[in-house]
Amino acid sequence: MIWFKKDILANGEDVKSVRVPLGLWIKCEDCGDIIYKKDAEKNFDVCPKCGHHFRVSARVRLSMTMDDGVFKEHDADIEPVDALEFKDLKKYKDRIRSSQKDADIKDALISCDGHINGHRASVAAFDFSFMGGSMGSVVGEKITRAVERAIRLKCAVIIFSASGGARMQEGILSLMQMAKTSAALARLKSAGLPYISVLTDPTMGGVTASFAMLGDVIVAEPKALIGFAGPRVIAETIRQKLPEGFQRSEYLLEHGMVDMIVERKMMKDTLGNLLAMLSRGKR
Amino acid sequence: MTTRHWLEFEKPVEDVYRKIDELAGSSADGSYRHGEEIQKLEKKAEHLLKEIYSKLTPWQITMVARHAERPYTLDYIKNIFDGFIELHGDRRFKDDPAIAGGIARLDGIPVVALGHQKGRNTKEKIRRNFGMPNPEGYRKALRLMELAERFSMPLFTFIDTPGAYPGVGAEERGQSEAIAYNLLRMSELKIPVVATVIGEGGSGGALAIGVADRVLMLEYSTYSVISPEGCAAILWKDGAKADIAAKSLKINAPELLRLGVANTIIKEPIGGAHREPETVYKDMKTALVATLKDLSAMPVDKLVEQRYQRFRSIGAFYDKGA
Ligand SMILES: [Zn+2]
Repeated sequence: MIWFKKDILANGEDVKSVRVPLGLWIKCEDCGDIIYKKDAEKNFDVCPKCGHHFRVSARVRLSMTMDDGVFKEHDADIEPVDALEFKDLKKYKDRIRSSQKDADIKDALISCDGHINGHRASVAAFDFSFMGGSMGSVVGEKITRAVERAIRLKCAVIIFSASGGARMQEGILSLMQMAKTSAALARLKSAGLPYISVLTDPTMGGVTASFAMLGDVIVAEPKALIGFAGPRVIAETIRQKLPEGFQRSEYLLEHGMVDMIVERKMMKDTLGNLLAMLSRGKR
Repeated sequence: MTTRHWLEFEKPVEDVYRKIDELAGSSADGSYRHGEEIQKLEKKAEHLLKEIYSKLTPWQITMVARHAERPYTLDYIKNIFDGFIELHGDRRFKDDPAIAGGIARLDGIPVVALGHQKGRNTKEKIRRNFGMPNPEGYRKALRLMELAERFSMPLFTFIDTPGAYPGVGAEERGQSEAIAYNLLRMSELKIPVVATVIGEGGSGGALAIGVADRVLMLEYSTYSVISPEGCAAILWKDGAKADIAAKSLKINAPELLRLGVANTIIKEPIGGAHREPETVYKDMKTALVATLKDLSAMPVDKLVEQRYQRFRSIGAFYDKGA
C-alpha cells in the first residue's frame, strides 16, 4: 500500500524511467545515451536507442491514445482536500499545492471519454509526477465516476495505471478507494461491458490490489515494475536476493498475471482491436 | 485483571503487582499477614490501570491491538458461534493457515465465519505466518464467501492482520489479484456481510475480507492504510516516529467512526480484551446478533445497493463542478 517517492525508488535499478531534463536533450536512464528530445517524443516517448519506455504524463498518454488526440475531459474540477489535517515533514496541504504547481494538474489522474480507432471508451490515465501517482479520494472518485459513466454510455473502460499505491496522507480514506473502485467494476461486469487495464511503470500497492488487476484483459508496457509490495519491503522481509526480473512485466506474463506486453507505439491499435472484438454486442 | 505480558506504558501497574507478589511470597502465610496491604495495593493497581487507559495515545492503542494475549479470530468464533466446522483450502494451491474459517451457527442461524488467524506460541506464529495471508488465504476466504452466498448464509469476517504477506511466492501467485477480486466479489454478495476488526486492520490485506454492510470495531483495534512504522519510515524517514505516524493516520475506532468507515464500536474492558475475554465474547455476540437482525430485515437487493453506496460515499474532496 506504499506509494514510492522518487528518492525511495532511487536506490537501485528502479528509477530507470526518470528523465533527466537537459533542455532540448534528455538522457535515457537505461542505456545512458543522450537523446534529442524531439526524437523521443516522435517515438512515443520511447528511447530510440534501447526501446526504454519513459514515463509520460496523463495528458500526453491520452492524446497519444485517443483518436486525433481529441478527448472530452471529465471531473477536471475535483480537487484533493486535507481531511485528516495530515502533516509529516511537510503539511499535506503544502504537498498538494506544490504538486499541483509542478505537475500542472489537480490530482494524479485525468479521466475522459472519446474514441479509440472509432470505438467509444471511458478512459483514465494516471500522472506519476503528482505525488507518485498515489490514489487518494480524488483518484478513487474519478475512477468510480469514469466506470459509472461507461455504464451509462454503454461503452468500455480503459485505465492506464502508473502509481505507487494508496496515498498515505489520506489514511483510511485512501484504502477505501480500493473497495469503491472495485465495486464500481463489479457493476460494469454485470452490465456486460469490457474493461481493459493497462499497467505502466510503476503500478504498485493498493492500485494493483484493486482495479488494476481486475481487467477483462490486462496489458502491460515492457519492463514496467508491477506488484503488491515494493521490492525493497520484500527483500527486507525474506532477507534474500530477489529473482532476476522480479515484478517486471515479463515476469508477470510468465507467471500468468498479465495477458500481454505491448510496446507503446502499438498500444492504440492493440486497444482498438480489443475494443472492436469485446464490444461487438454493445454498439 | 492481570497479565503475563505487560506493555511498556503499563509499567507503573506492573510495579504494583510485583510488590504484591513480593508481599504475598515473603512468608508461607504472607498473603494472610499482609492481607490488608495487598488489598490496598490491588485497589491502587486497578486505579492506575484505569487512569492509564483513560488517555491512551493512538500508538499505545496499536500496542494493545497487537497484544500477545489478545483473543484471535478462532477464539471469537468458538466462543460466540455454535457447532463450528472448520473448512480448509482454496482448491487451487494449498491451505493457508493465516486465514481460518468455516460454517457455524449464530443464535441458531447457520452462517459462515472467517478471519485472519495469528498464532499464540512461536511455532504457531510461524505456521500462521503472523496472520499475514498469501494469495491462497484470500482465495480460501473467497471460496467460503461464495459458499455462504450459494446457501444464503450470512457472512461474518474478523479482521486481524499486519497486512498481506510481502513475499516472492505471494507476488508470483497474484497477491494483488487475490485481494482485488475479493473486493469486487464482496461488493456484490447477495447475503448480509458483517466485518469486525478485532486487532490490527492492516491495509489491503485487511480490506480483502472487509467489504461489508456493517463494520464493527473493538475499542482498542486499529484500521489503517499502512502500519505506523511503515508510514514513519517513508514519510518521516525514521521508523521510530511511529507514534507520530499513528496519530496522524487516524487509525483508531472513534476516528474511523467519524470518517464513515466503521459503524459500531464494541467497548473493551479496561486494560484490553485479553483481561476479560468472556465479557468481550458476550458483548460481541450481542452486537453481532443485533446487526444481523437489522440486515436480515432488508431485501437482499436493497442490502447490496446500500453496501455499494456505503463505499461509494467514502472519501473527501472538493468538487467545484458539483
Ligand atoms: Zn535508452
